[in-house]
Amino acid sequence: MPASPYIEFRDVTKRFGDGPLVLDRVSFSAAPGEFITLIGPSGCGKSTLLRLLAGLSPVTSGTIAAGGRDPAAVATDLAFVFQEPTLLPWLSVAHNIEVPLQLRGVDAATRAASRQRVLELVRLQEKAGAFPRQLSGGQKMRVSIARALALAPRMMLLDEPFGALDEMTREHLNEELLAIHAQQQWTAFFVTHSVAEAVFLSNRIFILAANPGRIHAEVTVPLPGPRTADTRLARDYHELVAHVSRLLRSVDPEAA
Amino acid sequence: MSSKALKVLLPALTGALLLALWYAAHFFLISEERRFLLPPPGAVWHAFIKDAPLLLHAAWNTAQGALLGFGLAVVISFGFALLLSLSPLVRASLYPFLTAVQLTPLPILAPICVIWVGAGLASVAVLTFAIAFFPLVVNTTQGLISVDRNLLELFQLYRASRWQQLFLLRVPAALPYFFTGLRIAATLAPIGAVVADMNAGSSAGDGGGLGFQAVIYSSQLKIPALFATAALTCLLGFIFNAAILTLAWLALHHWHDSYERTDH
Repeated sequence: MPASPYIEFRDVTKRFGDGPLVLDRVSFSAAPGEFITLIGPSGCGKSTLLRLLAGLSPVTSGTIAAGGRDPAAVATDLAFVFQEPTLLPWLSVAHNIEVPLQLRGVDAATRAASRQRVLELVRLQEKAGAFPRQLSGGQKMRVSIARALALAPRMMLLDEPFGALDEMTREHLNEELLAIHAQQQWTAFFVTHSVAEAVFLSNRIFILAANPGRIHAEVTVPLPGPRTADTRLARDYHELVAHVSRLLRSVDPEAA
Repeated sequence: MSSKALKVLLPALTGALLLALWYAAHFFLISEERRFLLPPPGAVWHAFIKDAPLLLHAAWNTAQGALLGFGLAVVISFGFALLLSLSPLVRASLYPFLTAVQLTPLPILAPICVIWVGAGLASVAVLTFAIAFFPLVVNTTQGLISVDRNLLELFQLYRASRWQQLFLLRVPAALPYFFTGLRIAATLAPIGAVVADMNAGSSAGDGGGLGFQAVIYSSQLKIPALFATAALTCLLGFIFNAAILTLAWLALHHWHDSYERTDH
């Protein structure tokens, strides 16, 4: 367990209305800059866990602390990347990236500087004036990530952002995301259904079980950085993928 | 042949065919003593030329009524839609009464309107407003409440104020719906203005519109002039629609798929 946690979940339980338990006494902590991936069968509460962290939904019982404070108090420190790119179709790429900054009252010059910085990070400078419908699926998701990065967050919550992309694009974006994370060192919570993606990206993987949602197992990923396309060829990587797959199959027999 | 040329040529050919059929119907399908019921296109054109100053003035009066009523409907429906988008309870309270206004025929509303605001432009504008308001308010409200849930959550996550959510998210997202309503209303407005003019128009101060003129021609059995009046009404509708379509295209073509093509 990390020595000085940035995020702490203590016995967090979540139930929507009178429905069944979605999360049951979930406890963990995450150090600043850690990359944690949540993986598990559908309905195990992965996305709910992110929404609790983002303050989009209240906990039923238990506590969440971010930097020793309530997550709502550090809302300005976090950014969320949804499953869909969730871009505003009537705005250009540049203006989409500026939206969160605009909502926070950041002046135009600072917004433009931030936009320029993150467009370079995701290598989309030449698309600044394009509209979302002129972009490919992968480019849209890179804009979505750029928009999140424009806030210079301390924590990134990514809810299966690459799920709809083809394998090649997904692998490229995984590498780009890790490179950006290595520079900026935000704490990341990443939801995925892909074991390979989880192993490639993470410092730790939480395997969640369903009915009710809970952490079934935790796997530390000791692969060295920087991780590149070659990492996927390494024997350690394949062993870890096999190990996580076995654990996942024990909670989700339908998992590959 | 390029598709652009075809798009001009095909309607022109269809128009020529329809004119030929019209002439054929006049000369070959109708007995001589009943031919006056379907005047040939040439006679309609002559009637138009003969009464052109009168008809164009009437068309201008109708256009004024239609524009005024339509403009009022746009402004007031937008405010109303904002109110309706606040909650399902507000919508449940007000929708039946909005529907009631829409379901009341103009000829019934017209005399009430004449009593309230007098015959002429004011009545025509109010009645045009009544017919254009409903599609505008229903469509705009639907747009305001149909925003992508993820986008709403994004704004919630970034602690957007109610005003920011409204003007940076809901209003732009509602634009395609608003323009759909606008297109329907733009079709209805000239029709509404003409019907209103027939029932609540006034010739005082040369204020009669096309509807009023149609009533006069009808009483005089000037059938070619009636056809010319109908054609002018049709032209007015086309101008209204073309203006709105152009506006919609300018506002939406760069981001909305339904306006992507330039052949609107």
